[in-house]
Amino acid sequence: MNIPLSWYLILAASLFCIGLYGVLSRRNAIAILLGVELMLNAVNINLVAFWRYLDPAQMGGQVFAIIVFAVAAAEVAVGLALIISVYRSRKSVVADDIDLMKW
Amino acid sequence: MNLWNDPINFIAGWLRALLTGWGLSLDLAKIFIMLVGVGVLIVGSLVLAIFLVWVERKVVARFQDRVGPNRIGPYGLIQPFADIIKLIIKEDITPTTADKVIYNLAPVLALASVLFLWAVLPLASNIYGVDLNVAALYLVAAGALGTLAIIMGGWASNNKYALLGAFRMVATMISYEIPMVVVLLIPTLLAGTMSFRGIVESQAGAWYVLMAPLAMLIFLISAVAELGRAPFDLNEAESEIIAGFHIEYTGMKFGLFYAGELLHAFTFGGFVALLFFGGYQFFGLEKLGPLVAVTIFLAKAMFGYWVIMWIKYTMPRIRIDHLLAFNWKFLTPLALILLVVTALLHKLLAGLPLWGITLIMFLTNVLIAWVTVEILRAYGRKQRQAEEVLAPAGQH
Amino acid sequence: MTASQIVFLLSAALIIGSALMVVTTRKLVHAALWLVAALFGVAILYGLLEAGFLAVVQVVVYIGAIAILFIFAVMLTRKEMRDTGPQTRRSWPLAALLGLLVLAGLVFLVLDMPDVARTAVEIPAEVDTVGALGQALVSPEAYALPFEVASVLLLAALIGAVYIASGQKKE
Repeated sequence: MNIPLSWYLILAASLFCIGLYGVLSRRNAIAILLGVELMLNAVNINLVAFWRYLDPAQMGGQVFAIIVFAVAAAEVAVGLALIISVYRSRKSVVADDIDLMKW
Repeated sequence: MNLWNDPINFIAGWLRALLTGWGLSLDLAKIFIMLVGVGVLIVGSLVLAIFLVWVERKVVARFQDRVGPNRIGPYGLIQPFADIIKLIIKEDITPTTADKVIYNLAPVLALASVLFLWAVLPLASNIYGVDLNVAALYLVAAGALGTLAIIMGGWASNNKYALLGAFRMVATMISYEIPMVVVLLIPTLLAGTMSFRGIVESQAGAWYVLMAPLAMLIFLISAVAELGRAPFDLNEAESEIIAGFHIEYTGMKFGLFYAGELLHAFTFGGFVALLFFGGYQFFGLEKLGPLVAVTIFLAKAMFGYWVIMWIKYTMPRIRIDHLLAFNWKFLTPLALILLVVTALLHKLLAGLPLWGITLIMFLTNVLIAWVTVEILRAYGRKQRQAEEVLAPAGQH
Repeated sequence: MTASQIVFLLSAALIIGSALMVVTTRKLVHAALWLVAALFGVAILYGLLEAGFLAVVQVVVYIGAIAILFIFAVMLTRKEMRDTGPQTRRSWPLAALLGLLVLAGLVFLVLDMPDVARTAVEIPAEVDTVGALGQALVSPEAYALPFEVASVLLLAALIGAVYIASGQKKE
């Protein structure tokens, strides 16, 4: 275990920014959700790395990583259900087309 | 430490001495020995898969009142090698509209997902790939990779039937994973560990099939569904979608799916043996030596495999809505009830001697089974009455 | 350069490469499969960090459930967007710029942290981290409440997803 903590943090930062780019640049709503998943994983890498490097006896980091898993699963289930529902009524999964609620 | 009592460490130590004698550094020698171990395990399980082709063909022949392969070699033992030569020299077709990379990756991943499982199987108390402390979950994770392989193959073939087969298979696998995970928790709970070696060691007194016979049944049923074998073989229902997700695969690529399926079935036979039938233990016989223990384990796994084949060649295929209803309305609630009851009993009976715990748990399982059967009977009667109101008897 | 550093660098390359493919590839099913590769790399990192339980859960939850859901969703919504036409918005250079700026800021902050090049201490062999994690999740002094809240959230998401996706029944 001679990997410096900074390696993990920089990797997580890059993954987060790649995910951010995906969320901002994609047109397809499903692709946007894919980007969100990458960002959530970046957060998880940080949580687990801090758990390991700061105090392995405190399980907080791992517990919150598990809660992020649960939130990610919930988010994907509801998000994809919404996308499929919108697709049924509007025949489109492009985020910009879903603008009925816009003034 | 000698060859008979601890073969793995004996051979590893001998190899390490040999390699370091040749001038390799200790770290490199360790990595090399690990690679050799992985290679031996993979080759061993693939050779086993070849043998399983013969076993499967012989057994199905007996179930169908035939003789089976009997021309090449004694009892047709060389037949699977002839099959392999046939598969290898067949034309290797990739559909022009297929997604080439994914199409070729899918069979490899399908076989790999099975080989992953062999890493955690304890063949004897000191012969195992790795003793993970999360092995029970690892079993589920490898299954997830298998699901992925099937959906990749089905999608990349660019064929309606393949996609339909993949959808059916994934629907089955994802739903039957739930009772399987819940039931996996029961041996975990009784043993107090997720490590498979720990689970086997803790069955020295009484096999878990005595404490949790219903859990064993549920695990077996969901394993059959996970394998996609009859009566749950909707993924390749020949009369409906021809061959399902592997319809476009020819030659050895099909061979990989086929070998993966057989090896998967045998491996799940092994898991049933491991989780509920004491693994490599057999009334103290395993103490004679690790090789005896390996033989005991493989015999138990073969018995589990034979039961899975027995089910396959006896039951007709069931309809997809029945398949899903059976899982969600019957297996999942039953598995959850069993888990809660077992956890409560395990806590309440903590002070009793082993035979007392075993007896009470067994009787509780019998009680639950009886109540379940009664509820099912009442439900069936109500269904029949509802049908008779719609169409009175004799007017069909 | 030690073995664990080599493993880290290989899996980091896998994660970053596949993540880039996720956000740039044109075919959505491919994007979902690249996501699987990236998440598998993250699972390797968890293994490297001696969080074996999380590594396996990562594979079960992300690859076994989330990635499969994504692939299903892509296939179910394929008629309209047959992977033709532009997959990115016109303002994508702006998004790339923003991403790079955020990355630069985060890296600056990370390098500014005190003692960031620290290495991990050995976990003593007798410590059972999986057991400790289980204890922490259900003991009232630790994280029982967040755990319960997360399970309620999952239940709510389950019901919500079923209701939304099943669609209104026509009278």
